[in-house]
Amino acid sequence: MSSQVAAMPRKTRGPWAVAFAKLATDRAAMASLAVFLIIVLACFSAPLYAKWAGTDPFASTLDAVIQIDGADVPVMEQSTEGLGLGYTPIGPTWRLGNYFLGADSQGRDVMARLLYGGLNSLLISGAATIFTLIVGTMAGLIAGYFGGITDTVLSRLLDVLWAFPIYLLAISLSIVTIAQGIAIGPIEIQSGSLWLPIIIIGIVYIPYVARPIRGQVLALRHSEFVFAAINLGVPGWRILWRDILPNITTTLIVFVPLMMALNMLTESALSFLSIGVQPPAASWGTIIQDGQALLYTRPLVALVPGLAIAVSVMALNVFGDGLRDALDPRSKVRLGRD
Amino acid sequence: MKKLLLAAAALLAGSWLAPAHAEYLKEHRGGTIRLLARSAAGTLDPHINYTDQGWQMYQPIYDGLVAFRKAEGVEGFSIVPDLAEALPEVSNDGKTFTFKLRKGIKFSNGQDLGVKDVVASFQRIFKISGPTSGTFYAGIVGADKCLADTKSCTLEGGVVADEAAGTITLNLIKPDAEILYKLALPHAVILPSDTPAEDMGSKPIPSTGAYMISAFDPNKGMTVSRNPNFKQWSEEAQPDGYPDVVQYDFGLSEEAAVTAIQNGEADWMFDALPSDRLGELGSKSMDQLHISPLSAWWYAPLNTRMAPFDNEKARQAVAYAVDRNTLVKLFGGKVLASPVCQVLPPDFPGHEDYCPFTKNPGAKWSAPDVEKAKQLVEESGTKGQKVTIIVEDTAISRSIGVYLQSVLTNIGYVADVKPISSNLQFTYIQNTNNKVQMSVTQWYKDYPAASDFLNILFSCASYREGSDASINISGFCDKDIDAQMQKALDLGVTDQKAADKLWAAIDKQVTDKAPAVGLFTPKRLDFVSKRIGNFKFNPQFNWIITQSWVQ
Repeated sequence: MSSQVAAMPRKTRGPWAVAFAKLATDRAAMASLAVFLIIVLACFSAPLYAKWAGTDPFASTLDAVIQIDGADVPVMEQSTEGLGLGYTPIGPTWRLGNYFLGADSQGRDVMARLLYGGLNSLLISGAATIFTLIVGTMAGLIAGYFGGITDTVLSRLLDVLWAFPIYLLAISLSIVTIAQGIAIGPIEIQSGSLWLPIIIIGIVYIPYVARPIRGQVLALRHSEFVFAAINLGVPGWRILWRDILPNITTTLIVFVPLMMALNMLTESALSFLSIGVQPPAASWGTIIQDGQALLYTRPLVALVPGLAIAVSVMALNVFGDGLRDALDPRSKVRLGRD
Repeated sequence: MKKLLLAAAALLAGSWLAPAHAEYLKEHRGGTIRLLARSAAGTLDPHINYTDQGWQMYQPIYDGLVAFRKAEGVEGFSIVPDLAEALPEVSNDGKTFTFKLRKGIKFSNGQDLGVKDVVASFQRIFKISGPTSGTFYAGIVGADKCLADTKSCTLEGGVVADEAAGTITLNLIKPDAEILYKLALPHAVILPSDTPAEDMGSKPIPSTGAYMISAFDPNKGMTVSRNPNFKQWSEEAQPDGYPDVVQYDFGLSEEAAVTAIQNGEADWMFDALPSDRLGELGSKSMDQLHISPLSAWWYAPLNTRMAPFDNEKARQAVAYAVDRNTLVKLFGGKVLASPVCQVLPPDFPGHEDYCPFTKNPGAKWSAPDVEKAKQLVEESGTKGQKVTIIVEDTAISRSIGVYLQSVLTNIGYVADVKPISSNLQFTYIQNTNNKVQMSVTQWYKDYPAASDFLNILFSCASYREGSDASINISGFCDKDIDAQMQKALDLGVTDQKAADKLWAAIDKQVTDKAPAVGLFTPKRLDFVSKRIGNFKFNPQFNWIITQSWVQ
């Protein structure tokens, strides 16, 4: 029986099918993906949640009064003891749609802001990832394939960019552009636009993508199939597009979740420092910043977005690791043996 | 006659106070007061440092020819002779002031104080391009030359010393009713004549006061100890202090500082108390809290030279729409701040209650009038325009900015808010190149005179295009109001009451034009340890640190 099976022509699976099969068996990666997708879905439902809850997460509502168990409760509670100093925002009510996580120092619903904040954090990190991958890949492809002076110039530029500490560079660029925005010829980006953090974060991580891509392209440039294409007179751009790019796709795919995690952290850091997403818009970083002044009385305001960042970044990293293992040719060999 | 009566009253008050102070000194002298601040106040040089933190600490260390009385309440605004034996003789139609220097005073390094030190100190104000050399002291004869060529400043004819008589004569270009206030500020303290004409940074300069700076590290802290050469000459100008040492440590966050004071590990913190600790401290540590009025103004300057606030109705609309109660709430409640419409703070010279931008216009603010605001925005034709509000990157400023953004949005503008680092924001909003439309800032008095608010913040001369030092942030310039301010300044030389009346009228006119929206008047909240006794708050320089005891 076994010899018959061994003798039958084995149905071969394509590399992508093998990778997905491998990925599907990685429980940690799949669980992380599920967690991340739930977070994404929740964040994208932010406008619906705010509408349903009847709350404006961007307007100060210091005088708002809500009903809890039939009783009127002010969103900002004034101390009634002693000197009567200070106002404390209402804590978590644990009632969805009614200040579930309490209010911040402006009397705004923290739950609604958390969802909107997540939406902005995801949009920025996602868009910055796309930006970095496109620019980084182009730089890596061109430098690695054309070599010579092109490689020297591009590589030195990447070295210069890479020489700056990432956060220092991001903070510097943000400080320079935060008040006035960017105006280069016909391109104008307003100071409050989300495009500013997207571009800044996208720029600082270009070498992170471009350098390994260049290395891979350099190796591919000297492979036989590329020599063959060159000798057949195939134009350079076509070789890059048709022969080299497909060979680095797996690397790019692996980069996506890892870059997103990095970008999310950078965005949160910039927003926490007031040089990312600008108030009254929210991001997880700005909510942590708002919550910093309430750590003693309402620690959840800062803790929950912190937790959201930690869970998202961890989910992306674990999924990224799984993806890398799945797309690694050595893993495929192992899968084949199984 | 009136002066004689006042002098007699002062003498009586002094003689009544003296034994108590002396007795308390015997009982409580000694120990170390431990202070905390998030960071140092910048340079140690008293001729340059222009911060509340620095000025407060200089009080027991340095002396000028005159000083603000080290007393609580309104008394603390009065000028008393310090290194001078008496208040100056005024002659030449109020343009010449002659001071007689006290004898026997030594600097902390053992050097004798002499008239040459006074002349050198006045020259030094200009030689180091002191921050107020071009404003407060520009009226001294020869100041124009010193401002033009700082290095070779002599103030010839402006500050004249008579070594034999031990007198210093100060000649002014024209009478200045506020000159004694200006001479009582740390920028005019007397330093040894051989003090280098450069910013001394972290290097302590010898002092004449009861204390001296004995160690300083801007990243760690400052140690202030007794001046071994000090002998009290005037209790009201430079009283001997209670603690032997004042240890000022830097670097602790506000939250940590509160905890340190609660645990008795520190005695006081300079920075504002964190808002989320107010409720707890107000209920559990009432005895350790001291609330004191401040001559200060939180306001939102509106750029009168840029759309939409180059339109008076647009400015008034914002003034009508802002709910001061909400802002008071953001600042910590009515105990810590009061709503305000006008420029001059309550209980300040020239202040008369006035509020046109409220639901029921009159003396006090009662409620916002949003409908009126919307109507004014419509009438101004500025509806839908974009406004950016620049605020400091602190919790309270950000909160105010976000609130103002929602107010502007509500009355028809497209508003956004930009927090900028606290170190940069104040100069950023002054520079016209940055095209700031609206901002949130504060002004704390330098000395108790209406001009210190109105003339400095809203005179044409205070507006400098493209400069980081254009303190007229609104760019407001009204020639008629300017002329009235000049008249009030001149009137103050002969009749201060009449001048204050005129300042009150100017305050109303400036308020009506709404170059800035008055937000609230803050109060100072000091949290001290249980061992601090004899807390005294001076309205000019805040808590008189060394007049408290710790044992």
